[in-house]
Amino acid sequence: MRRVGVFVCHCGTNINGVVDCEKVAKTAAGFPNVAFATDYKYMCTEPGQDLIKNAIKEHNLDRVVVASCSPRMHEPTFRACIESGGLNPYLFEMANLREQCSWVHANNKELATVKAIDLVRKAVAKVVKNEPLQKSRISITKRALVIGGGVAGIQAALDIADAGNPVTIVEKEPSIGGRMAQIDKTFPTIDCSACILGPKMVDAAKHPNIEIISYAQVEHVDGYVGNFEVTIRKKARSVDLKKCTGCGTCQEKCPTKVDSEFDMKLGKRKAIYTPFPQAVPNKPVIDRVNCTKFKTGKCGICQKVCPVDAVDYEQQDELIIEKYGAIVVATGYQQFDHSAYGEYGYGKYPDVITGLHLERLINASGPTMGKIKRPSDHKIPETVAFIQCVGSRDEAKGHAYCSRTCCMYTAKHATLVSEKIPGSKSYVFYMDVRTPGKGYEEFYKRTTDEYGAQYIRGRVSKIYEKGDKLVVRGEDSLIGRPVEVEVDMVVLAVAMEPQSDAGELARILGISVDKDKWFTEAHPKLKPVETHTAGIFLAGAAQGPKDIPDSVAQAGAAASKAIGLLSKVEMETDAMVSSVDESRCSGCLICKGICPYKAIDAKMIQERVGGKMVERQVASVNKSLCQGCGACTVACRAGCLNLLGFTNEQILAEVEAVCL
Amino acid sequence: MQPINLTSAEAAGRDLVEKVQKASGVDVKACYQCGKCSAGCPVGSAMDYTPRQIMRLLQLGLVDEVLKSRSIWLCAQCETCSARCPRNLQPDKVMESLRIEAKKAGYEAEDEIATFNEKFLRSVAANGRLYEAGLIIGFNLATVQPLKDAGCAPAMLTAGKLKLFPHKIKGKDAIRRMFEKAEKAEGER
Amino acid sequence: MKYAYYPGCSLHSTGIEYDISSKLVAKRMGIELKEIPDWNCCGASAAHTTNHMLGLALPARNLAIAEKEGLDVLAPCAACYNRMKTTELAVKASEQTKQKIANITEMDYQGNIGVKTALEVFVKDAGLEAVKALATKTLGGMKVAAYYGCLLVRPHDVGIDDMENPMLMDDMVTALGGEAVQWPFKTECCGASLPTAKGKVGLKLVYDILSMAQSVGAEAIVTACPLCFVNLDMRQSDLNKKVSGSSFKIPIFYFTELMAIAFGEKPASAGAGKHFVNTSEILAKYNLK
Repeated sequence: MRRVGVFVCHCGTNINGVVDCEKVAKTAAGFPNVAFATDYKYMCTEPGQDLIKNAIKEHNLDRVVVASCSPRMHEPTFRACIESGGLNPYLFEMANLREQCSWVHANNKELATVKAIDLVRKAVAKVVKNEPLQKSRISITKRALVIGGGVAGIQAALDIADAGNPVTIVEKEPSIGGRMAQIDKTFPTIDCSACILGPKMVDAAKHPNIEIISYAQVEHVDGYVGNFEVTIRKKARSVDLKKCTGCGTCQEKCPTKVDSEFDMKLGKRKAIYTPFPQAVPNKPVIDRVNCTKFKTGKCGICQKVCPVDAVDYEQQDELIIEKYGAIVVATGYQQFDHSAYGEYGYGKYPDVITGLHLERLINASGPTMGKIKRPSDHKIPETVAFIQCVGSRDEAKGHAYCSRTCCMYTAKHATLVSEKIPGSKSYVFYMDVRTPGKGYEEFYKRTTDEYGAQYIRGRVSKIYEKGDKLVVRGEDSLIGRPVEVEVDMVVLAVAMEPQSDAGELARILGISVDKDKWFTEAHPKLKPVETHTAGIFLAGAAQGPKDIPDSVAQAGAAASKAIGLLSKVEMETDAMVSSVDESRCSGCLICKGICPYKAIDAKMIQERVGGKMVERQVASVNKSLCQGCGACTVACRAGCLNLLGFTNEQILAEVEAVCL
Repeated sequence: MQPINLTSAEAAGRDLVEKVQKASGVDVKACYQCGKCSAGCPVGSAMDYTPRQIMRLLQLGLVDEVLKSRSIWLCAQCETCSARCPRNLQPDKVMESLRIEAKKAGYEAEDEIATFNEKFLRSVAANGRLYEAGLIIGFNLATVQPLKDAGCAPAMLTAGKLKLFPHKIKGKDAIRRMFEKAEKAEGER
Repeated sequence: MKYAYYPGCSLHSTGIEYDISSKLVAKRMGIELKEIPDWNCCGASAAHTTNHMLGLALPARNLAIAEKEGLDVLAPCAACYNRMKTTELAVKASEQTKQKIANITEMDYQGNIGVKTALEVFVKDAGLEAVKALATKTLGGMKVAAYYGCLLVRPHDVGIDDMENPMLMDDMVTALGGEAVQWPFKTECCGASLPTAKGKVGLKLVYDILSMAQSVGAEAIVTACPLCFVNLDMRQSDLNKKVSGSSFKIPIFYFTELMAIAFGEKPASAGAGKHFVNTSEILAKYNLK
């Protein structure tokens, strides 16, 4: 005979508005094994929890059922509550009367109450069979992995490293820096981007706790929070990093020119190259796809001229396996491909460019040495049209969402164009101007007041070439008339998108992506940097469109979560793990192969059989490694594996309670 | 001059807006007034209200202004607006439904265009096919420009491009009945 | 290949060149055309902007007649094609609509046959190789601007080519040895009936198209819609009189005329002698007379 206490929560009107909580409690009082049942407005509050603790004492309860919201919401709350009330926290079950009852059956109160009673009956039947369980402890690998070396990744790495933890940054490009390295000036301060990012990049390179692995990608992740095992593919650079001094002679002498991705294909780089002058590490890679030596076998000039013999054509990709306790995902974004817009020329007009293109034109170390020149004929544009929301807020051709940063960076572009090309005229075709940050609205107003940008409210319907000009057709919706401008250059504020391989990375890590392929945070409001996978955190634009201040802030937040995790001496593991009934186990070890966490091994036990001591093999579960997935309990042919907290007997008791 | 009372406008216009939405299949409140339709409309500059403004008037329930507008008659049904609307709406279908409702309410702000279509359909209802010469002559007379395009007539006649007499199809009675039934169906909307 | 041929009202009058040349092209391609007996007007834009059901019922009667023969319809006129295709899709999408239409037409179009337009059948379906193979003359580098107008490409589910930059006629011109001049007004509206019903508004649209074609160096414009043709061909002298500085002299062709001529037909037999803007000069220049 057990003494179960049943506590039915109203959750304000969330549950009680649909389910008759009083009736549920009264009915539960009559269930077998129930010694006490009551209902209350807010069980999770302090008075609610006191109610439970007092009832345990007064009525000598040895098991507790709380009928309220989802266990994902308050299971830890109530476990902690009964523990402080003197009971083992696993002598507890929850009946979900909210997400699984009142919230989905709001239109049928009668039946909802019947269901609620059934759910409580089920929970009571199960809790009667609950046994006290203990958590285990496991050690944590005190190292963090940061995937992505843009400003968010660099910031997260610096913060984690400053707290005393070794950090590895894995970056897929030859250099860290990400998008911010491509940007010329940043809003709203008009700081030179490289000048504020550069020192951080150098800090990261010099930090004793930070290891940068560039030109590499994460290929495979095993393990779990505190104990990740990551396979990293170091792509073959064809350059020996230990020997290379970064002198740059190879780049100078290389005869092969290739469109530079860093310069948005507006300029060239060599086949052996560093993507930009301030690259970290400042050591080149060979683009084997375009390198003459790799294509035809001829050339080899770089190897000949290298003064330290660092060029190695035989170098192969290297796979390394490293252990980390925490992972921060900071892989950033890419730009929407505007060739989807037929009305804007299907991407074929050379003088219709994107924001990043303009950044490279404005940048002093860009393809035009900082002079804004039209890609088609290198003339300086006297008039520029900026088109907002290309690919954003567009369900028909792009994404439904707003990319958040474009209103500000277009204002910045209009400001810079006005400064760099005196006498020029800029038009901005917009739907709304969104300036949510500090100093942002003032910056936008300066763009119109002092720098003379003409803002026209209306989305552009068509851009076409007329002679050597571009005609932009819009509507000034504020006066309600169709308008047209003839300009020398058009800059499209294209949407921010997740990287094209974000989905693949999500699969490798075991985290989720949302409908737009941004990595999903654990809770949109309250958990912006955690994922649903413990130990993996998000930072920067990889989680959703955002600007540099927000990326840096989020990186710091992700770092603090990682530091918190790594600061523990040991980690508690869940108590609901698998357990072997050794008396019935035949030692076939099928379960060992099934376990995804490598938590099952063979063990020799001694038994008395027919008067003699015999040794035989059985399966044994490592309680620290087991994650409670339950796969082994299904695989076991003899049914001698049980998941503590969800034993076969407990589950059958639930079935009986509901169905019979 | 008074500010527009939106509460009463919304109530007064509700029925017609509902009707137009149902007939056109377009949810007008989904329009976020971006202006792309107006920007690409070939006759937008000649309209009294641009396509976007028509959608806005409907959103506010100001149906009277819409039915009396010239825009709904000037719309050439080129569908450029629908092809480019970022919310996949169809302003041209709205224009079409509005023109039909305007005619029912007795408003034909562009009477030349209304007359052209009327003569067109009258010819089809009578003959089963369009008698082009009849249309041009009838239209010119009705709009008091008897010699409009008269210079083109001789060349067209010699080239066999203008028939002097209408061709009446055998099924012209069936066509006439179709017109009657369709009119009745429209009246019952 | 056999189609139920639907000329539509224009092809028997102001668009007669389109009728003549389409039939010639069909013959050369071995496509049999059987004119739909006692066909009626499709209603064009006048019907559907006056009465929803009428706009579907008028085309449906013709489709019902063709369905009895079990033949798909070939409609060269862009407007007729657009209206019939819209009707076909509406009937296929909704049993209720099908029934409503049937009640009005007193016929029973089921949606078992559909409609195609000439550009689709003669170029897309036939394939450029077949078009090239039938040519006995070449356009010799004639600079032709392909003008598609609205109803052949919009809306997306009815259109037969890209809505912003279609290429079917361009590819046909190239296949026949001409130079398909690329220009941004391929699908800008000509105004349809507006140049006639309200010249003040409509003529501007025609002017813009001719002006752009002229500025990109087009020697001729090729089209696939009889109303576009009439607007561009018949109104040039009007514009030259009304707009100071404009001196348009751009011959307009139906794509089927160019095809027929390239296939060896005499231009006059293909209808090229009936245009308002004289075609003999350009045809002589390229040895196509």
